[in-house]
Amino acid sequence: MFDILGIASRNLLRYRRRTALTLLLIVIGMVAVLLFIAVAGSFKAMMVGQITDSVLGHLQVHRKGYVASIDNLPLNLNMKPQMAAKVEEALEANPAVETWSPRVKFGGMFSNFAETTSIRVNGVDPAREAATTPLLPGRMVEGDKNGPLVGRGQIVIPQLLARGMKTKVGDTAVVVATNRDGSVNGKTFVVRGVLEGVTGPGGRDGYVHIDDARELLRMGEAEVSEYAVRLKDFSRLDQSSGQIKVALENASNKEGKPVLEVHTWAELSPFANLAKMIDLMTLFIKIMLISIVLVAVMNVMMMAVFERIREIGTIAAIGTPPSRILSLFLAEGLMLGLAGTLAGIVLSLAAIAGIKLWQPTFNFGQQQGLVMAPSIAAGDVLAIAALVVVVAVIASLQPAWKASRLDPIQALRHV
Amino acid sequence: MSLVTAHNLTKTYRAGDIDVPAIKGVDFAIAPASFVAFVGPSGSGKSTLLNMLGCLDHPTSGTLKLLSTDIATLDRKAAARFRGEHIGFVFQDFNLIPVLTVFENVEYPLRMVLNWPAEKRRDQVLRLLAAVGMSDQADKRPDQISGGQKQRVAVARALVSKPKLVLADEPTANLDHDTAYRILELMKQMRDEFGTTFIFSTHDPKIMGEAEVTFSLEDGRLQNGGHRV
Repeated sequence: MFDILGIASRNLLRYRRRTALTLLLIVIGMVAVLLFIAVAGSFKAMMVGQITDSVLGHLQVHRKGYVASIDNLPLNLNMKPQMAAKVEEALEANPAVETWSPRVKFGGMFSNFAETTSIRVNGVDPAREAATTPLLPGRMVEGDKNGPLVGRGQIVIPQLLARGMKTKVGDTAVVVATNRDGSVNGKTFVVRGVLEGVTGPGGRDGYVHIDDARELLRMGEAEVSEYAVRLKDFSRLDQSSGQIKVALENASNKEGKPVLEVHTWAELSPFANLAKMIDLMTLFIKIMLISIVLVAVMNVMMMAVFERIREIGTIAAIGTPPSRILSLFLAEGLMLGLAGTLAGIVLSLAAIAGIKLWQPTFNFGQQQGLVMAPSIAAGDVLAIAALVVVVAVIASLQPAWKASRLDPIQALRHV
Repeated sequence: MSLVTAHNLTKTYRAGDIDVPAIKGVDFAIAPASFVAFVGPSGSGKSTLLNMLGCLDHPTSGTLKLLSTDIATLDRKAAARFRGEHIGFVFQDFNLIPVLTVFENVEYPLRMVLNWPAEKRRDQVLRLLAAVGMSDQADKRPDQISGGQKQRVAVARALVSKPKLVLADEPTANLDHDTAYRILELMKQMRDEFGTTFIFSTHDPKIMGEAEVTFSLEDGRLQNGGHRV
């Protein structure tokens, strides 16, 4: 094998310019793909992380029908304490669940005594909410990021609302809401902080203490609108979601139909479609890479066979088995693939490191100045490297097969 | 006991709808350690005959035995193996592999065809390079040596695997007169040293005089039964 690789590498060096051009094509293709995966993947991971870790949690549990009407924040579809207890019991029993946070969600009017506007509010248990959505305190652009997210009598408001209403931390405001019976109630809050908005549902909600929410809505008992759940292993989201669904199936109504439903973040956020689009674009970029490598290597190998027909005739005449002639040309494709892959990986990693040092920023929706921090998993690099090497060998297969099947007499006569 | 025997050997090519007979029923026998020339004008069938002797082409009919093996029956793979083990080739254009050094060119059949171990290979290659007077050029590439030297290397490569038969198709055609004679002398010397049978083709009357047995071919037929000079 070493002999074959040695001869193959010498043959590649024989046509230096052609080999260099082919390698350049492979390298450009690899760098483009790895950079795209690194940038797009990091953007996706950052956005997904932000959505799950600062708003939605990894998955959520609702009463059946709640998500379908989520724009209205229907109070009549809250979970009663008995149902909520079943959910909490199921979540506690599941080893995949790291923590969970109950929320009471409602829509209301926010008034700073001069102006009034609408607001969507989450009533949360500050400690549980901070554990379930650990990036939430980090979104605080005004107010103390440390300490409990929100205390009794305090409200955290979204940045756009604070800006529009010219409200700052420490100001007093009133939230007025209609409860499920239709009666209106108001409660005074002190603004505890201002939250930066993020893309997706709940990204521009305010936060109050869950007890304040229940008091404002005059709940006679401790109802819950939703449970946000954080898993120990996000990569096992679908499996864990399935397990929780199974565990909650015993909660059914009189007709025996389930009364609870479980949704992953992807089912709740439109960003999931964008994430799918990124995956699709990555696939197309990979297909383009395969095409580039396939055409470049096949072209160079066909030329190599054509130009060396007499040489092939000679080695065939002196007894080189067809399988070894095939190996000689496959080895050239392999060496091209390996060299291009190696150079491509080095350049890609250098480019990724360069972008990290440069720290370019970009805007996404309302979010300004997001820092691009591309990173790529070793598995992705290895997968692309393996893809390029395999495609290079496959591209050499036809020319190599042709070389191994050449009739020595015809080949020796070739001019 | 003959090394090569041919009986009623024919070869016909198909050109479009026309059959073109290249060899028309020839019989001959060649003894081991002979120095044989097939002579004749261009198109007489010399190369066709050598191709069949070298297991590169199949006869249309008749029998052709080399080392008691009916080589006409060998398939592609078996023919390649047989060539590698028993036949050496010297080509008109030398046909050295340009990316390999002189040493590596001679070593090639042992390394890539016969899979000899490294130490044994090295000894044999050095021996052959010394025999053809090319030891001091071992590290050069083919484009760094002269035509005569290339053919010496080609002779060494043909002999390195200790074949019973070396076939040389117009081995001196691309060499000047003096170099051509020196190559033929070298081939004879190698025949004497290794006991290898050399069969070469030529249409050069001066060169054919160097052969010890001459078969004259004309229009695909032998004109003599193997004239001993």
